Amino acid sequence: MSGKHVLLVEDEPHIAEAIRFILTRAGWKVSLEADGAQAYARIGSERPDAVILDLMLPGSSGLEILTSLRGDATLAKLPVLMLSARGQGRDRDAAARAGATAFLAKPFANGDVLSMLEEIVTRAEAQRSA
Amino acid sequence: MARSALTGTRIRERRTALRMKQADLARSVGISPAYLNLIEHNRRRVGDELLGQIAGAMAVDPVALSEGAEGALFDGLREAVAGAETEGGAQVAGLPELERIEEFVGRFPGWAAILAGRQARVNALERVVESYSERMAQDPFLLASLHEVLSAVTSLRSTAAILVETDDIEPIWRARFLRTIQEESLRLSETAEALVGYLDDLEEAETGLSSPLEQVEAWLSARNWHLEELEEATPPPPEALITGVAELASSAARKLAIAHIERAQADARALPLEPFRAAVAELGMDPALLAQRFGAPLGAVFRRLATLPVGAGAQPVGLVICDGSGALTFRRGVPGFALPRFGAACPLWPLYEALARPMQPIRAVVDMAGRLPERFLTYAICQPSQPGGFDGPVLMEAMMLILPPPPERTPGERAIGSSCRICPRGECAGRREPSILSEA
Repeated sequence: MSGKHVLLVEDEPHIAEAIRFILTRAGWKVSLEADGAQAYARIGSERPDAVILDLMLPGSSGLEILTSLRGDATLAKLPVLMLSARGQGRDRDAAARAGATAFLAKPFANGDVLSMLEEIVTRAEAQRSA
Repeated sequence: MARSALTGTRIRERRTALRMKQADLARSVGISPAYLNLIEHNRRRVGDELLGQIAGAMAVDPVALSEGAEGALFDGLREAVAGAETEGGAQVAGLPELERIEEFVGRFPGWAAILAGRQARVNALERVVESYSERMAQDPFLLASLHEVLSAVTSLRSTAAILVETDDIEPIWRARFLRTIQEESLRLSETAEALVGYLDDLEEAETGLSSPLEQVEAWLSARNWHLEELEEATPPPPEALITGVAELASSAARKLAIAHIERAQADARALPLEPFRAAVAELGMDPALLAQRFGAPLGAVFRRLATLPVGAGAQPVGLVICDGSGALTFRRGVPGFALPRFGAACPLWPLYEALARPMQPIRAVVDMAGRLPERFLTYAICQPSQPGGFDGPVLMEAMMLILPPPPERTPGERAIGSSCRICPRGECAGRREPSILSEA
């Protein structure tokens, strides 16, 4: 997946740094955003191929950002991988309802972030070309 | 002589005291002596109508023969039945013979007391579990700490995996990730310490066997609901009244007690004891007239009437107060007017009608369901307050005084109960769940 661009919206700097390191080494271009309130505008201007979105963010929750994305015709199909520290039950359901493409509970294995991200992007491309 | 809780035993005691023969009493109420004998030994339930006739034949108030205020044991047993039904236990074991409850209590008082005691214990433990699970689900400190722990563990796991799995990692990145590991381990241990400290500090009493409101009730009940210190010209500080009070085990209960004392003190100032008692003697227990006389808020009069010192011949006055959600925030019951120990009360209480009609005074004579119904006069009113200022939320508070009834029945008396589960009014329009009293 070389050259693809993902925007990582995560307020925990160490988690963000680790994910960025893993994805960068796999050939991704990674940009970081820690502030939930800025995330939507950055997605609109940078037009990444995918977004990794933390559910609990300062400023605006990951769910609100996701709902805004899905309400925007040009971003409605953007693959979004949702991260949450509360992996079971409510958070997972809420993420699915808000339109998350995939969901990953913290703590996660590094390989899972990469494989899940690549899977949702590949699927989105397949849908576009179909 | 202490009155027995059992109707049959009471009939027998009263009859023997009157030196009346069993056969004579039986004849005068139109039943066989053998049947009366069964009743007197609590082997047969006595219906309300027959009980009235027996009472009439012995010239006593039927209430004096009914299970009445000493029915806590019966309530406990009925709660046990309700609990078993809820858990589906009754389906397995078959319905217990509710109609023979008096016989059971009469023949096996020890077993009955143990069963009721176990039920009370189950109720208390259920509440502890509830408060723990509420705490786990909602305690902001626990939630924030868990989030911290999970975040720290997430970055530790990712970072450690990177260091282990990346063979060719640049020294600058290696140093950076090692620092991350150190920082996150520190954060994890600090969070863990804080969590342990928090859990250690949890007062056991906070999740104890009785709710804060019940602890306040126990304390006030031990004080006969009247705090005479507050009648002094310069009353002691509220804290002095609750220092070392065993009933107020939790800090939540002590907070409620302080709030109660502060309010009672303001009421005592607005309605000084001796003038107030004189006014009650002159005007009767009409809260509106009394409020008018002293220029005091109606609520203060309600509370004052229910917390007067025990005087010669004074009847106990009950008071229940609820907030806008209907949750009872103050409960002083009177014999015969059973307040539910758990869950919501009867929706037909004038208290709740008042809640739906703020500022409308409601005077109603109620007929409280029980083994033998008892009548009460109630005054209810709901008033709004805005402790948060003009733009703040409007809080509703409804209160209901429970007084002795007028002697004559009047049209429009209302049939109410304690709470649905132990109420015998099967056909009640306000019923929200079936009663466990199949005998109605």
